[in-house]
Amino acid sequence: MSENELSERDHEGPVVAFEHVAKVYGDGEMAVRALDDVSFEIHAGEFVAVMGASGSGKSTTMNIMGCLDTPSSGQYLFKGVDVKTLSRDQRALLRRHYLGFVFQGFNLLSRTTALENLELPLIYRRIAKAERRDMAMAALNAVGLENREHHTAAELSGGQQQRVAIARAMVTTPSLLLADEPTGNLDTARSQEIMELLARLNEDKGLTIVLVTHEDDMAAFARRTLVFRDGNIVHETRSQAA
Amino acid sequence: MIGNILLLSMREIRRNVLRSILTTLGIVIGVAAVIVVVTLGAGTKAQVQEEISKLGSTMLTVFPGQRRRGGAAQTAPPFEIDDVNALRRETTLLSSVAPMSIGRKMIVYGNENRRSQLVGTDREFVNVRNWALTAGRLFSPAEEQSGKSVCIIGLTVRKELFKDEPYLGNVLRIGKASCEVIGLLEPKGQVMFSGDQDDVVVVPIKYYQRRISGNTNVDQIYVSALDDDLVPAAQAEVEMIMRERRPSQPGAEDLFSVRGVQEMSTAFQSSTAVMTAFLSAIAAISLLVGGIGIMNIMLVSVTERTREIGIRMAIGAREKEVLLQFLVEAAMLAGFGGLVGIAIGLGGAMALAPLLNVPFIVQPDMMVMAFVFSALVGVVFGYMPARSAARLDPIDALRHE
Repeated sequence: MSENELSERDHEGPVVAFEHVAKVYGDGEMAVRALDDVSFEIHAGEFVAVMGASGSGKSTTMNIMGCLDTPSSGQYLFKGVDVKTLSRDQRALLRRHYLGFVFQGFNLLSRTTALENLELPLIYRRIAKAERRDMAMAALNAVGLENREHHTAAELSGGQQQRVAIARAMVTTPSLLLADEPTGNLDTARSQEIMELLARLNEDKGLTIVLVTHEDDMAAFARRTLVFRDGNIVHETRSQAA
Repeated sequence: MIGNILLLSMREIRRNVLRSILTTLGIVIGVAAVIVVVTLGAGTKAQVQEEISKLGSTMLTVFPGQRRRGGAAQTAPPFEIDDVNALRRETTLLSSVAPMSIGRKMIVYGNENRRSQLVGTDREFVNVRNWALTAGRLFSPAEEQSGKSVCIIGLTVRKELFKDEPYLGNVLRIGKASCEVIGLLEPKGQVMFSGDQDDVVVVPIKYYQRRISGNTNVDQIYVSALDDDLVPAAQAEVEMIMRERRPSQPGAEDLFSVRGVQEMSTAFQSSTAVMTAFLSAIAAISLLVGGIGIMNIMLVSVTERTREIGIRMAIGAREKEVLLQFLVEAAMLAGFGGLVGIAIGLGGAMALAPLLNVPFIVQPDMMVMAFVFSALVGVVFGYMPARSAARLDPIDALRHE
């Protein structure tokens, strides 16, 4: 599949479609079945929480959804593309054009200003300098960090760092934003702010968000919750707000 | 894409200025060493060329040569003054001919003494060597005929023995003999392959033979061609005349040899070529060590930046983009080190040139080569770390603490 086909996909169906996905690490006696048989769909504009204890398979699901990993069996269709058939570099292109990541540990480049961090995905997308700057500033505005563009990660608080990370994930207006325990390193007040920000981005901009968390409080911001246990989805709820 | 990679690499280098500087130190030193060696080498070469013209590019030296007898080489019989006269008589292409007998002797004046070069010759000497007097006079024909004890001295002898005292008319002691100073030669300065030319005492050849060597030998004959272009023809003529006077057995080598100044400089340059090769080898080794230094730091940096590489991959960097970024970083570091090395090398050469008494000659092509080579060192030694960065698994890399 060419770079153009990967970067300009118009797809009507679900953004994410898991069809009997299983993931096995190792083989023989040592084999660990991280995902057993998982099927679900996520459509554009949804805000989904993925919950479960550690070892339940939620991180594996996240990695597969983010095109960082591929299923051992079954099919994962991202915007209609069977990810398993793609090469490492092709998956990198999918991530570049359609995916945004927010991590528990913020994962900003150290000793690099907020603005430069935001520019990073735009540089990989080869967006020209002036436009890049405008997009980055707009994203910083959206997360309420205007005037902080020249601060480095070390000069920002945890909550601010996570806002920069969210801005970086959404600066390319991705089809799917994956947030892996985004509030895990933050206090309650800060966590609340981050979740409100995500919920607002979902509502105002129609950003499709998948949130991995093990806290019910945080999951409550989502409109749909998938609960994992031992590699399977054991429970699914939809909030009334949807 | 390259523009973007350059931007990313530049930002990465700027993020860690101190480490970047330390990383390139090896390259800086290597390139600086190369530039110093090459610049001073070029200066030396230019100086040698200049001195060749100082010696006189039309000058030829006739040596007695060697005679082979049963495989063992022996010095052929020495020249005598008749050989000089024959050349003077028969030549059509030489402007001047001078006999030369040379030895190092202890020269004494008052309480001062000094080992200097003693030259027995005649008036023609100044023509052959293109050498003028700054004071006094040359030997008169009568003095040459009788081998009178008179001498002409070089500037070094004057300075060392007479200090500021008057020298004309004073008497020098040469071993058991003595001579009256009648002239002073203009200073010629240092020559790379025959030392201080001004450290010389010139006496009539007859005096030299009678009082110093005790024989009638003429060690060498200096001749000068009429013109630069006539040097090969003059050499052939000298060979023809000498062959007649010193017949060797058919098929055997001549019993003399004729050498130009050019040949002497070739001999000198082949010895400097060895020196240059040796220094270049040292420079190459220091560049190699510099390259290993870069590889070392880049490898550490890949480990240290594993998480960052994971972030880049999650954001959508492809393998080749990560690879290129690290390669470009290494090449930029090394190239930057090369530039700094060139600057330091030029500065060093500029400071050393006057101390070593050689001209300072900038070699632009060598500078370009040094820069390209150092960047290349970066690419070569940066490849392995860059590849290991590019092959990281994004999931593992993101989990890296």
